[in-house]
Amino acid sequence: MTAQTLDRPAVRRRGGDLAERLGPLGLAALAVVALITLAALCAPLITSHDPAVGSVIERYQGPSAEHLLGTDQSGRDLLARLLYGARTSLLGAAVVVLLAGAGGALLALVAAWFGRTVDALVGRVLDLLFAFPNLLLAILAVAVFGTGLGQVTVALAIAYVPYTARVLRSVALRERRLGYVQAAELQGLSGLVVSVRHILPNIAPQILTGAAINFGYAMIDLAALSFLGLGVQPPTADWGLMVSQGKDSLLQGHPQQSVFAGVCIVVAVAAFSVIGERLGGRKAGGRA
Amino acid sequence: MSTTAENVIEISGLRKQFAVGRGKRRRTVHALDDVSLAVADGSCLAVVGESGSGKTTLARILVGLESADGGEVVLAGRPVARRPRRAERRARARDIQMVFQDPNGSLNRRRTVEAAIKEVLAAHHRVTGDEARRRVGELLDQVGLRPAHARALPGELSGGQQQRVAIARALAAEPRVLVLDEAVAALDVSVQAQVLNLLAEIRQARRLTYLFITHDLSVVRQVSEEVVVMRQGRIVERGSTDEVLDRPRHAYTMLLRDSAPRPGWRPRLSTGADAREVEA
Repeated sequence: MTAQTLDRPAVRRRGGDLAERLGPLGLAALAVVALITLAALCAPLITSHDPAVGSVIERYQGPSAEHLLGTDQSGRDLLARLLYGARTSLLGAAVVVLLAGAGGALLALVAAWFGRTVDALVGRVLDLLFAFPNLLLAILAVAVFGTGLGQVTVALAIAYVPYTARVLRSVALRERRLGYVQAAELQGLSGLVVSVRHILPNIAPQILTGAAINFGYAMIDLAALSFLGLGVQPPTADWGLMVSQGKDSLLQGHPQQSVFAGVCIVVAVAAFSVIGERLGGRKAGGRA
Repeated sequence: MSTTAENVIEISGLRKQFAVGRGKRRRTVHALDDVSLAVADGSCLAVVGESGSGKTTLARILVGLESADGGEVVLAGRPVARRPRRAERRARARDIQMVFQDPNGSLNRRRTVEAAIKEVLAAHHRVTGDEARRRVGELLDQVGLRPAHARALPGELSGGQQQRVAIARALAAEPRVLVLDEAVAALDVSVQAQVLNLLAEIRQARRLTYLFITHDLSVVRQVSEEVVVMRQGRIVERGSTDEVLDRPRHAYTMLLRDSAPRPGWRPRLSTGADAREVEA
């Protein structure tokens, strides 16, 4: 009576599946991201210089054995500032993506579960948030709560919520209509249990993809805000801030600081975008 | 205990409307329009009709996934609240369970067969641990699967096996009524026959009542003694299966019967005209 037997072992190893979807370029991008993260974490092991302390006598030095990438206008070691700057840049973007992902998933699950009026209401709130350009919302937050990485990060996270929520809502809605969710619902399980136990794991890939794509955008936006002097405050090292502080030296013929920091931003953002795109196959994710 | 011992389902004057379209094109569709029917305990009633005839809405209201706009449902002798709270839905699930059309979507692709069945066991009968594992084994055996299937993910099973798991999951609640919403429609014919035989065996063994929702008249003959024909939210004909299928009285039933593919059958092209004829 039984149909075919289960001769195959468990199909699709997860690791292999991920590597397959990323492809060679995606794997390279993953390596770049891992390298940057590792460098940021191990900054004190790589350089012995303090990123915030310099000597005016040593300003604008070229690369040397002592200062591998030279020094900036205050005589601070550029390599040290780039390494420690990676910490702020990555951490800020990570917090934005984490908060936006959590907020977006929550709104999506609520909208999908209750449907109808609640779904329409969530849709209107998202429309309202969409109306504000991200940076404007962040600048508004700065105007109200003052400058600083914390304020800017939370403001950007809120600005990113509609992008994640919109994508996740449509996938959550698709899952909501499937039999397994309906079967769980008709057992009298609560919306919270069904959403967390059944729907959330099935929209996790889209959450991850959106996070990878948004990570790049968040880095750019945070760098822009730091460049404008609204985010990270000196003397803390940050890539966006370094581009900004290097622009005076640029005119004096010392382009290193802005260029190195700019290259770091571009490489990191590109790497995250490639990963996000590969994961989502261009369909899912933040705003691809 | 129950006042109506012989009828496990009694529906009277059930109504449900949906609003479709927006603005000026907004109109109401009567998914169910004054539907009344009774299902005897231990019997099998087939509900047939084309897409949009309201048969799925009827099923969804019965199991509590949808609320009716009017009318009354009495299930196992107890009237059912129109807008059920969660606790009432849970209580109702011990009386009535549903098997869905799409076998692929009716199981969570990230949870094992065992986890799917255990969830229902825990929800209704507080069965956990070794006892739950034993019950999962029994249920799988009843639907013709092997103990090894317990640890499989839905993606590793065929469509027929997936539907067997969905049936096992429904049986885990030990219901009196099983609603089968196009439960074999997505399976190919040989698997369809296997699952239909299985369903018949289970009904015998467990003395279950089936509400069998389908558009497929050939399936109806195999499973049920009685049939109701629905069209645009109304019941247009009812009776014993042989009587309705061999000597249909309503024009729509004849049309349904004549539209079913069979050897030597040629589709009529002027279906639009036929529909108007039936209307008149």
